[in-house]
Amino acid sequence: MQLHTIWFVIITVLWIGFFVLEGFDFGVGALHQYIGKTEVGRRVCINTIGPWWDGNEVWLVVAGASLFAAFPGWYATMFSALYLALVLILVALFGRGVSFEWRGKRDDPRWLAGWSWALTIGSILIPLLFGVALGDLLHGLPINSQHNFTGTFFSLLTGYGLMTGVTLVVLCLLHGATFLALRTTGEIRARSHRVARSIGPLALLVNLAWCIWTLVEIGGGTVPQPTQIFGVTAVIFAWRLATTDNDAWAFIASGFAIAAAIGQIFIALYPNVMVSSTNHAYNLTVNNSAAGHYGLVVMTVVAVLFFPIVLLYQGWSFHVFRRRVSAPPEPETQSAAPGAAATQT
Amino acid sequence: MTNDLARWQFAITIIYHFFFVPVTIGLAFLVAILQTIWYRTDNPDYKRLTRFFGTLLLINVAIGVVTGLVQEFQFGMNWSTYSRYVGGVFGAPLAMEGILAFFLESTFLGLWLFGWDRLPKRVHLACIWAVSAGTMLSAMFILIANSWMQHPVGYKIDKQGQAVLTNVWALFVNPTFVWGYAHVLLASLVTGCLVMLAVSAWYLRKGDHVELFHRPAKLALIVLVPAIVIQLSVGNQLGVIEAKYQPMKIAAAEAQWNTCKPCSFSLFQIGGGANDQTPSQILEIPHLLSILATNMWNGEVIGLHQLQAQYQAKYGPGNYVPDVFIQYWSIRIMAGLGTLVLLLSLWGAWLLHKDRLRMSRLFLTLSVWAVFTPFLMNTTGWLLTESGRQPWIVQGLQKTVNANSPSVSSTEIWISLIAFILSYIVLGVADLVLMLRYSRKGLAQADAEAAEPTGPPGATAAPALTY
Repeated sequence: MQLHTIWFVIITVLWIGFFVLEGFDFGVGALHQYIGKTEVGRRVCINTIGPWWDGNEVWLVVAGASLFAAFPGWYATMFSALYLALVLILVALFGRGVSFEWRGKRDDPRWLAGWSWALTIGSILIPLLFGVALGDLLHGLPINSQHNFTGTFFSLLTGYGLMTGVTLVVLCLLHGATFLALRTTGEIRARSHRVARSIGPLALLVNLAWCIWTLVEIGGGTVPQPTQIFGVTAVIFAWRLATTDNDAWAFIASGFAIAAAIGQIFIALYPNVMVSSTNHAYNLTVNNSAAGHYGLVVMTVVAVLFFPIVLLYQGWSFHVFRRRVSAPPEPETQSAAPGAAATQT
Repeated sequence: MTNDLARWQFAITIIYHFFFVPVTIGLAFLVAILQTIWYRTDNPDYKRLTRFFGTLLLINVAIGVVTGLVQEFQFGMNWSTYSRYVGGVFGAPLAMEGILAFFLESTFLGLWLFGWDRLPKRVHLACIWAVSAGTMLSAMFILIANSWMQHPVGYKIDKQGQAVLTNVWALFVNPTFVWGYAHVLLASLVTGCLVMLAVSAWYLRKGDHVELFHRPAKLALIVLVPAIVIQLSVGNQLGVIEAKYQPMKIAAAEAQWNTCKPCSFSLFQIGGGANDQTPSQILEIPHLLSILATNMWNGEVIGLHQLQAQYQAKYGPGNYVPDVFIQYWSIRIMAGLGTLVLLLSLWGAWLLHKDRLRMSRLFLTLSVWAVFTPFLMNTTGWLLTESGRQPWIVQGLQKTVNANSPSVSSTEIWISLIAFILSYIVLGVADLVLMLRYSRKGLAQADAEAAEPTGPPGATAAPALTY
């Protein structure tokens, strides 16, 4: 396999990793007010992702930086084309990122509610906008022969892009609900099951519709792609397993559903990396947007040597905090908790 | 216009980002030391201090992480011509930073934060050291990338006219990187120490928890004295390197319009605005500029006029002189404050030696106010470096004016600029409020939490409410 292709695969894996891992963080963030109900419940929800969300978000940072290093042309065109969308994403990331650290630092109900909303809105907006962005790569944007974007913000709002965004949001909600069911106990877990069961059919419908739209986009006729069959099956499993006690399997199924969705986009894209709606001759491809051979060799060596280590310690971190999170049993501890809890972060 | 706006946005967001970065690097290291002392001595004071300063660290990490994302995205968003041209070289250290540093820092921060009761003491200690290593590795890769813009090495321009990497090792031994990285690491240590010293001095002056806060004050001074002493000579050496590869930068820092040998260094000047080439320089110290720029008593410094003529002959018509006003005052604010911090730290060391640190109210008051100096030094240091590189975005390869995104309009940059500024004001105010609040009241809460029962062993109930 060519190095260009290897790096296309690595970048696909990084985006999949980001959406599978940060996907449940988004889902938890979006649902924490509803599933948590009380302040203690909300804290329990947030703490289910507490030790991990930051490490999960690094998958995005690495995906972006790898794009820059391996496909400078792709990075340059994509990030400048998506300008205002990325500004929105960044502002949402500000609110969401600091809400984790700062929310619990004061007991004022307005402070708590404010950061809760920053978390909720950010957690919905970010997958939505990234979905639009990834959908647009495949659908095509006005790009000229110099590989510069020639449209406006409104050219980004393509039907297929929006549908991709909505699909990802719904899948993240499902993934968040199965995650919360896996990580909590008692009432919160029961509510998570209920939410997963009601999102299930919606996720199935949206995902099916989106898969069909993808087939139309790529002119692939009526034969579904393997990733599509796999993705739809995974959604059905996640939904049906959420009615049982198999929390881990439901969570794995919803994770596979997200992985299949992201994989579907990138597989449909290859060997293009950005389609030009102006003229297909202007498409950015793995060949015309890649970095030099030597640079890719160096990056490959770094990735092969160090990525397994990253996976090991990130996996260990998941193992360390594998136990379910629940509210403190003693009522006294509960009332003392907000102030006390605030200090540790 | 679009280019200027993009430059303003980059300058504002990067300066803001770098308020938090050195605090994170410096404090992570110091907190790791505090926890190591606790691990070795089992003295509960050090556990309290670890938690207390750990909280201050975390408040800063949150904002450092999100503002760092802006910088990573911004190269593509606003500087797509630059990114397309040099991404094959410049992008590599950024990707390495992600794989080697960010994962390490973020994963182990989560483990440290939530692992107090879950991990064995030794492993938990290793986690904070991993965080500290992550912050320093991250700075290393960023400095490799930045140094390549100051002094590009290990690349060639390929057939498509794009810069491609030819020798990755050259990036790691780039003299601008070696000295620049040492300079930034020491600056971060100085920043961390001054923050720790200020908070401790505030308690000592109030007579509150005197015995407890005498410990971090002592630690901060013990690290600060050698750090600032070494820093002054590393800074000097970096100046010599820059004078070699970017002579404009150093000539502009002394507003030296004509070649001199030997060259003196003025402490102040009157005038010297953008078009004023004959400022009145006051208090000139003979030979000092020669030493700073060449390490030699009678070293020659080529003047801006002569350099301009050389550059025009080499690169064609254009103005190659950076903003002299910014250069001149940046180096003076940075070096002047550095000298004051050196004096303060020596005074503190002497007081420590005499065991009178608790009593000297003047020293404690000054130490509290000294917390502002590292931020000014860090900012002026980067202004000197980055503004001194202008008009180049990559020295000798590409001009900043040709590097921005052709597809991004002024309107779009206005929108993003305003959005970032508003967000940053909110983040900054909240950060300041939390820092002050935790500096003042955090101790009681750290203690309350340390005493909190963690539930019966083996129960499913975890010490949940960490956030």
